[in-house]
Amino acid sequence: MSTPSSLYVADPRSKARRRSESRFRLMGLGAVGLAVAALVFLLSSVLGNGLGAFRQGVITLDMTLDAAIIAPKGTDPEALQKVTTIAYKRLLDRELAQDLAAKGLSTEGLSDKAIAGLLSQEAPAVLRRMVLADPALIGQPIRFEALANGRVDGFLKGRVTMESAKLDSNISPEQLTLATVMRDAGMLNLSFNPSFLTAPDASELRPEAAGLGVAILGSAYMMLIVLCISVPLGVAASIYLEEFAPQNRLTDLIEVNISNLAAVPSIVFGILGLAIFINFAGLPQSAPIVGGLVLTLMTLPTIIISTRAALKAVPPSIRDAALGVGASKMQAIFHHVLPLAMPGILTGTIIGLAQALGETAPLLLIGMVAFVRDYPAAPPEGFFDPASALPVQVYNWTTRADPAFMERASGAIIVLLLFLIVMNAIAILLRRRFERRW
Amino acid sequence: MSPGLLILIILCTGIAGLVLGRRRALLRSESSGQRLHSLPMAYGQSVFLFATVPALLLVAVWLLLQPVFLEGRAAGMIPTSDIPAGSGIALLLDEARRIANGLPATAATLPSVIAAAQALNEGYESARLSLSIAALALALGGAIWAFLRIKPEARARNLVEQFILAMLMGASLIAILTTFAIVASLIFETVHFFQVYEARDFFLSLTWSPRFGGGSQLGLWPLLWGTLYISFIALLFAVPVGLMAAIYLSEYAGPRMRAVAKPLIEILAGIPTIVYGLFALITVGPLLRDYLAQPMGLGDSSSSVLTAGLVMGIMLIPFVSSLSDDIINAVPQSLRDGSYGLGATRSETIRQVVLPAALPGVVGAVLLAASRAIGETMIVVMGAGAAAKLDLNPFEAMTTITVKIVSQLTGDTEFASPETLVAFALGLTLFIFTLGLNILALVIVRKYREQYE
Repeated sequence: MSTPSSLYVADPRSKARRRSESRFRLMGLGAVGLAVAALVFLLSSVLGNGLGAFRQGVITLDMTLDAAIIAPKGTDPEALQKVTTIAYKRLLDRELAQDLAAKGLSTEGLSDKAIAGLLSQEAPAVLRRMVLADPALIGQPIRFEALANGRVDGFLKGRVTMESAKLDSNISPEQLTLATVMRDAGMLNLSFNPSFLTAPDASELRPEAAGLGVAILGSAYMMLIVLCISVPLGVAASIYLEEFAPQNRLTDLIEVNISNLAAVPSIVFGILGLAIFINFAGLPQSAPIVGGLVLTLMTLPTIIISTRAALKAVPPSIRDAALGVGASKMQAIFHHVLPLAMPGILTGTIIGLAQALGETAPLLLIGMVAFVRDYPAAPPEGFFDPASALPVQVYNWTTRADPAFMERASGAIIVLLLFLIVMNAIAILLRRRFERRW
Repeated sequence: MSPGLLILIILCTGIAGLVLGRRRALLRSESSGQRLHSLPMAYGQSVFLFATVPALLLVAVWLLLQPVFLEGRAAGMIPTSDIPAGSGIALLLDEARRIANGLPATAATLPSVIAAAQALNEGYESARLSLSIAALALALGGAIWAFLRIKPEARARNLVEQFILAMLMGASLIAILTTFAIVASLIFETVHFFQVYEARDFFLSLTWSPRFGGGSQLGLWPLLWGTLYISFIALLFAVPVGLMAAIYLSEYAGPRMRAVAKPLIEILAGIPTIVYGLFALITVGPLLRDYLAQPMGLGDSSSSVLTAGLVMGIMLIPFVSSLSDDIINAVPQSLRDGSYGLGATRSETIRQVVLPAALPGVVGAVLLAASRAIGETMIVVMGAGAAAKLDLNPFEAMTTITVKIVSQLTGDTEFASPETLVAFALGLTLFIFTLGLNILALVIVRKYREQYE
């Protein structure tokens, strides 16, 4: 028999109160658990869906670049330019059939067209670019890794199955059987897919070729614009409000405006961009300059709020000391207060930029959803070229019918989150490294 | 001369002025034997500022206003008889702009459009030339004026500081300017909308069925209902969870638990809304459809009010919890100690002492969260669907104000049609709603906040 630890016997009322106490506590713990579980569920769902985008099914072909097909009129660059992808497709289709025959893989029951259908429609274009870049390859035997069709790629990743292929007009179970045989023979496999990060977007029918190149470039341009405009403006405004502004109606008005702007829904900034920058000022649609300006206006309140906090954290003794040795107010601020507030300002700036990088809604309104296949030129002209942006590209892909684009969208989210993690990590490091407690 | 080159030249002028101004100040002080009032650099800076700032401002304003002016003139050249029925002049102007930018005219292009394009082109050329001349003249003039004013007794530092102060003030006025631009563009286009569409129908009609080509019904109510319904579900989820999490973390959790859980919850706030949208679209929507809606026979659409509401609720958790956390921490410890002294348990203290004291702040936080929910776009675009209806079933797809703003303003749309302009009226509605909620939150917090001390 165990000895009771206390002689005190709780009466029913105390017991009920204690029960309700532990119930309340459990509810709190449950709420925290629920929030963390939601985070884990969210991230694992995106990761699980998107990691596939970084690997791509390729068909390895040992082939000879037959000059008779792809260079019928000689190998000088101009003549090569005139050969279209149709010729390259013919070459690829033939080589694929030959390779299959050489390896002794059975293609019974499949038409030539069905066999060729295993290759991506983008593969001839890739081969053509390769040949144009290096005409010396013509006539040489090479090993070419041709992109597989999106459905075949999905089959390797388990997204497409024999059952779904029966209902699919783009792929047949027989083709998938051949794909299985090719996989077992080592001709078809999943390999790392760097072009997901560098290639431009691709059309509805070629999800396997779609990449983030233009979107990453567009986002980078916009971040550059946001950085170049919002930091000087934001810091200048904060210095004025924190150090110089007299207590009057105008200052109050500015303060109220800044805090309200921070709470205005982002889509309203998109409307502003459409009405002012595109319709009124005539800037081009889909251009990083417009996106950058809109995001600048959105980021400004964030930067102003954090810069003011950083300036406020610098103790008045610093200013007093500078003023005491004869510096003007402006000198005290620019030579002493501002450098000390710099880490805080930088941290706030990076967090503001991270917000701007993930912002989607306003960019939809200024036309950045357009299908853009050409890389924008180098800045500053490139700021006016059409481009996409990372989050908008995600949205764009989710609106397409082929489920392969969902995988791409999740993959793009992973890239976006990686950028955000890096930015936030830099912000945290800066804060840890340089933050001073007075 | 391209604007980039122009800006570069202006900056070079400024830098040359900086160096020369400093030299001149030193030389003049040497020759006259008089001591300089300010540091030599301040004289150089004054030249730099007067050379660059006015000229750069001119370039910026000019580039902003030039298309307005030129296109107004080009629009005047296209006779009204050339405008196709049922559309506006904007399409023709677009075409003229494209031709002026170097695209070939097609056979179908109207002669008046080609003429307008030519006028635009000539306008661009001459405007560019006059801009270059004006900006360079301003830069040189400013530089020379400031340069000639350099004397040892001139108060260069005060001048420079005044100038910089004016610039700092100008930067802080951007906030007002932005608000003004938002309100102006919304109101301007909304007035435009009410000229082509009956305001009474917009506010009173219960149907939303835009038809490009005329005869559309653009009633606000289905959208407003969808917005409020989804926001309500989001808050129903986020407020209890966020509040309880904040209570647990600030009242119960040990320092180690807090150090882990708090940043984790705050990560939720840093995730872009497009990620939540995708989560709703590919995970939550199908899950709710397969395990709740279809077994219960309530619907078979994966985008639904509940999907969007739940995901939005997740997004709002950190918002509610971090705001509540601050507010709960602001309640002084003495109140708690008093309650414990009377024999209350922790949960009784929280429910009967801390929460009532923190209530205004919590209400403010909830209102701010509501304003966030109403203005949220990507989650509802990807999770709530596009069908505008008045319905109570949370498993039905419904739509919101923000979704319709996006769908009416994306794609190739004729800008003067009511179907496009309605987006501005919706935007204004949204703006007023969120602004109202924010102001209400502020007023409640200010008015009912307990002052301890």
